[in-house]
Amino acid sequence: MTLFASQIVDGLADGAIYASLALALVFSYRSTGIVNFAQGEMAMLSAYLVWQLMAWGLPLIPAVLVSIVVSFIAGALLYASIVKPLSHASLLTVVSVLIGLYLALNSLAGFIWTYTIKPLPSLFPKAHLQFGSFSVSAETAGIIVVVGLVLLLLYLLFETTKVGLAMRGAASTPDSAVLVGVSVPVMLLIGWGIAAALGALSGILVAPRVFLNPTMMFGVIIYAFAAATLGGFDSIVGAVVGGLLVGVVENLVGTYVPWIGPDLKIIVALVLIFGTLLIKPDGLFGRKKVVRL
Amino acid sequence: MSLLSLRQIRAGYDARSVLHDIELDVEERQIQVVLGANGAGKTTLLRAISGTIARQGTIMFGGMPIDRLSARKIVAAGIAHVPQGRGTFADLTVDENIRLGAYLRTAAETRQDRERWLTFFPRLSERLSQQAGSLSGGEQQMLAITRALMLRPRLLLLDEPSLGLAPIITQGLFRTLAAIREEAGMTMLIVEQSANLALEVADSGVVLESGQIVLRDSAQSLAGNDEVRRIYLGYE
Repeated sequence: MTLFASQIVDGLADGAIYASLALALVFSYRSTGIVNFAQGEMAMLSAYLVWQLMAWGLPLIPAVLVSIVVSFIAGALLYASIVKPLSHASLLTVVSVLIGLYLALNSLAGFIWTYTIKPLPSLFPKAHLQFGSFSVSAETAGIIVVVGLVLLLLYLLFETTKVGLAMRGAASTPDSAVLVGVSVPVMLLIGWGIAAALGALSGILVAPRVFLNPTMMFGVIIYAFAAATLGGFDSIVGAVVGGLLVGVVENLVGTYVPWIGPDLKIIVALVLIFGTLLIKPDGLFGRKKVVRL
Repeated sequence: MSLLSLRQIRAGYDARSVLHDIELDVEERQIQVVLGANGAGKTTLLRAISGTIARQGTIMFGGMPIDRLSARKIVAAGIAHVPQGRGTFADLTVDENIRLGAYLRTAAETRQDRERWLTFFPRLSERLSQQAGSLSGGEQQMLAITRALMLRPRLLLLDEPSLGLAPIITQGLFRTLAAIREEAGMTMLIVEQSANLALEVADSGVVLESGQIVLRDSAQSLAGNDEVRRIYLGYE
């Protein structure tokens, strides 16, 4: 029973990381209809930036904050320099460019920091929290709390502020947003910035568990895609619930299905993506694409 | 001086020009209606004014040239456009739609205006937390108009507010528009196919044909004009 409970909690922590990267995917998708295939690689670069800042002498927490701010700016710049100019290009063009960006960022990381793995310290102490007979590592609990707080901040931004309302309006009906005086490009710029900052968070939380290396986000982005697909790809709540579900299912299957084990766990993600698209293409929370005439 | 003056306005889509040398004046506190068949250029005319398509010529609004301003700047100058098909934010709630309409206004103005306009559209106040996409066609049109009024515009552009609505609903809507004009002194330019109801509340009107204004008169004379009656009012 304790094993089961701790698998669930570990799954939630993994799931929180998937959720933040899935949210990054959903944010850019909702605002511009484009799936940013390079999101994981951008997150990887954000984690490397933390390592680099620390190598230059910055303590961990300030390094993390600087990296998140820089990532926000980089995401906004990506929108302004590549995505916006391509807004009238065909989908295939945009996808090709973003996959090209994926490869370019991956090589860039290898070029700057080499392919040897580097340790990135965890944000959380190596302690265990004891609740009666149940113990959970500070890292697991910390990840859940940090992602939870970030989600709360996002919720407050979108539900209680004017700019949050304008961002939702610009993403949902850009033509009408212009007619109430909202600058749609600025809102999309902020959206892509937030996406990159969320991606950075996922990269910074993952790196201490898998060590820094240019391919460290490969697995995570697949799980994030599974989470976003399961949630419905255009739903913020869906991305969070999808992320947590994927994390828990992945852990339970890895523990209790002997022939899958840790090595084949990634199959779970692919099965979830395939199954969702087959059975309920709009996901758990996605909007049905209905055109009213 | 007219609130809005159009001189030699040409506009269209890509290579196809739709409007040819339009001259139009809208007087302050008046309701002017633009009649015309499908494809005559009515929607294009409103889009040219609100800057949502490229246009050539001179557009003066309140003494200021606006023909080179972006759509967003024209909104800020005080022209609210209710597009055809209403253009509400379907994913947002009714209340959020209304608040977003006041994006350029202060919080105090928003609270004040929200109360004021909801008295004209009581149905909306019962549905504030509903998603706009779940409203009926008539309610969505009311919401689109309320959202536009929240901007505190000096000119309201309405593109076929009757589209898809039952005649009885359209009639109520036009009465409310007339009441809003009385109370707030709002100037309106309304594009309509359902001409008889529009002419009842309008002061003046023009008839648009193939991108040109072929007739301009008071609403009363237009409603009595044989040709207008035959073509746009459906009388033989």
